[in-house]
Parts: sequence; structure tokens; C-alpha cells
Amino acid sequence: MKKSFKVTVNQDWCKSCEICVEFCPKDVFEMVGFYSQAVRPQDCIGCRLCEKLCPDFAINVRESEPEQKEVKT
Amino acid sequence: MDYLQYLRKDKMPHIWCDGCGNGIILKAIIRAVDKLGWKKDDIALVSGIGCSGRTPGYVDFNTLHTTHGRALSFSTGIKLAKPNMHLIVVSGDGDATAIGGNHFIHAARRNIDLNLIVFNNYIYGMTGGQASPTTPTGKFASTTPYGNPDSPFHISELAKAAGASYVARTTTYHTAKMDRYMQQAFQNKGFSVVEILTMCPTSYGRANKETGETGVEMLSFQKENSISLEKAKEMDEEEIKGKFVTGVYIDRDKPSYLENYQEIKDKANN
Repeated sequence: MKKSFKVTVNQDWCKSCEICVEFCPKDVFEMVGFYSQAVRPQDCIGCRLCEKLCPDFAINVRESEPEQKEVKT
Repeated sequence: MDYLQYLRKDKMPHIWCDGCGNGIILKAIIRAVDKLGWKKDDIALVSGIGCSGRTPGYVDFNTLHTTHGRALSFSTGIKLAKPNMHLIVVSGDGDATAIGGNHFIHAARRNIDLNLIVFNNYIYGMTGGQASPTTPTGKFASTTPYGNPDSPFHISELAKAAGASYVARTTTYHTAKMDRYMQQAFQNKGFSVVEILTMCPTSYGRANKETGETGVEMLSFQKENSISLEKAKEMDEEEIKGKFVTGVYIDRDKPSYLENYQEIKDKANN
């Protein structure tokens, strides 16, 4: 089953260096106004490159529980 | 892993500029400490002056912010008084090789069990972008408006020649290598140096646009212009010029200062 991840950007700490936007292999981030935002978290593969390269401790990637699919009856 | 448990959250966000690589190195230090399972109270993080000198302010270890270039001397004192303490010393290129140049080579000669992380950004970033001992020849700084006439120091080769027992070199882009080298350095008994090329877009990038102006461009430049030590051995000097050679420069067994000192102590007591 495909793992899903929760990507959060702490906007109080983000300095908009755009490193996450540039280096994310799945293009999850985009600049929204002054700050970076995880606009496509469903594409995240959990490589955590953004978390490691963010110099401002602003990005957090956590594996989230897969949503339960509705059972067809 | 959770970085926040190691941070002094009331001090955040940190003062480093947008695009500065110092935060990336601090993260790697925290990851290495977390991986080795060291307790926060058993670690002392010591720094000198400069942008790198602000590092201890943000982490919840025992921390010490010392005078310019003297981080290694203060850490030597701590190590002798508390041999079980894990010492991590953070120093900039100017702090380690210019102002603290003598302390650096003598700590390496002594091979005392300290772990030095050098933040090499090619410039004195905090004081206004003056040329440092590692500014490459021909590059611009506020004190070299027509290009730098000096040859730069190769910090890793210097540490190796001075007698350090573990020396590795990498960039902020190579996070996996940074993790591995830091863990190896922290576990090594003896003087360990990890030199990390970091980016200073504010002072260095702005003056040297050909190697990247913003943090993103400088990080891309690091990615494209780094080669491994193994690869560099097969290349001639002309090809290596301008490249940043990464890898483990030396990893040798050598009696550390604490062992030698203990021997002398035993001799004196009998």
C-alpha cells in the first residue's frame, strides 16, 4: 500500500529561501505569498530531503496513517 | 526524528540569513547526536565568534560561546576536566584557520578527543564579507574588490598534515554524507575534523554571482561542482581546479592526548 505523508511548514520560522521548492524531487512545495507551502502533499514520497535541507527547522515530514477505504457493499 | 526536542525553542527562529547553510549543518549535528543516542547533558557544544558562533545558542546541550578563535582551547580545558563529556566544536573558516589557526594545528598535533565541525563559507560573513583564508584566488570580497590575490587554505589537508586522526570533507548539499562523516567523527577517539562547505548568499554569493547568488543557486553549484576523492585521484590537476573534492581524507588509529596524558600521570605517581 502506498504510504502517505503529512508535510507541514512552520510559517513563523520560514525565511522563504525557496530551497524546498527547488530541490523537492516531487515538486510538493510552492511559494504562496512570502512563505513556502506544501501544496501537493499527496505526491510526497517521504524522502525527507526538504526536512534535511531546510536551514530554518521549518519543515516537518511525518508518516500519516493511511485513510481507511470505504468497504463496498 | 524530532529536531524540536534538541532546540531551545524560545530562541527560534535563528538569526542566520535566508539561504544560509548553517542551519543545515546544525540539523546534521542533531541527527548524528540522535543516532548515537548521546544524552543532552553529556554533550558540550563550543563555538568561537562569527555566524557559526551563534550555533550553540539554539541547541539544548551544555553550550559555550567563547572568544574569537579560542573555541578549541576552551574545549581542551573542558575535555581535560571532564574526559567523559562529548565535545563538539563548531568554528567558521576564519575562526578555525585565521584567528584560531594556531589552536587548530596544535589541537590536531595533540590529537585530543575533540570533534571540530568547520563551517567553510569562504568569507567572514558576519562582519561584512571580508576575504578569509579560504576565499579562493580571484574571488571577490569587500576587502578584495579586484579579486583575491592569495591562495586559499585547504583545511582538510592542513588538518591531515598537522596530525588529526579523522578528517572528512563534504558540502551542505550532501546530507547523507554529512550524516555518515559526523557519526564517524564523533565515534573517533582523537581529533576529528569535518569540513563542510556551506553557502553565504548575503556576503559571498552577492559578490561572486558566477558561483550562485542565492541559497538555491549556491546549493545547486555545490551539487554540480563536487567530486569524490576517489574520482579526483584519476583526474589531473587542471580538471580538478574549481571543483570541491569531498570524502574521507584520513581515518587512522593514533594514541589520543588523554591516553598519553594518563600514561604520564601513572609514571609520575609511581
